[in-house]
Amino acid sequence: MTHRRIELEPDGRYRLQLPADERQVLRSLSAQLLELLGTDDPSLARLFPPAYTDDEQANEEFGQLVRGELLDGKVAALRVVAATADADLLDEAQLNAWLGALESLRLVLGTQLDVNEGTYAFDLDPSDPRTPAYALYGYLSWLQEQAVDALSAGLP
Amino acid sequence: MSQTIEAPVEVRLPEGGEQRRDDRPWIVIVWNDPINLMSYVTLVLRKLFGYSEAEATKLMLQVHNDGKAVVSSGTKEKAELDVARLHGHGLWATLRQD
Repeated sequence: MTHRRIELEPDGRYRLQLPADERQVLRSLSAQLLELLGTDDPSLARLFPPAYTDDEQANEEFGQLVRGELLDGKVAALRVVAATADADLLDEAQLNAWLGALESLRLVLGTQLDVNEGTYAFDLDPSDPRTPAYALYGYLSWLQEQAVDALSAGLP
Repeated sequence: MSQTIEAPVEVRLPEGGEQRRDDRPWIVIVWNDPINLMSYVTLVLRKLFGYSEAEATKLMLQVHNDGKAVVSSGTKEKAELDVARLHGHGLWATLRQD
């Protein structure tokens, strides 16, 4: 299929068949999110969810324990995308980083857009100023689905 | 093995009876959210917990249809670790004592 962007190769690596403009978008989005991660922007909330539903103090302690490591993991994944945005082949660890970076980008953009479960089938209205952002969200969802498919094909 | 019969030891029970050691297991719950892809949730459950594709799909559908599913259980420490790993993958997970 010609529209496949990510495919498992016989040698276990993954071929990235992305047009240059999509690579540019992913590089730019990764850089933007890396910058945003240094702030306390409310759209980052879904990256650091509470671990307890009804215990503020336990959440506080849990956050102190894991938030640093959680943040490091997300930063590392975004840096891999920034560094390999022009690559033709990714190894499994690199594609897993891409998957994690796409996940973080969708969580933040989805929070900013306040998406619901039907948003990927959103009927785009060209006059709506939010349409480019919805289209971007839809693109990231589509690409993440391809990364999931490719990595699932590699699981035992 | 030692055959020595030990003298009974007097155990002092705390008064009030509320101090009983609470060893009910802790459970890890994944909640439905509008952003995560169904296929992605299935992949994460397979990767983190070693579920088969069929088991992971069943749990994912439970999250999708019922709003939540229990994906693991154990000591509080294990449950907290599992929640941290799920958060590391962007899933919305919490823990509580069963």
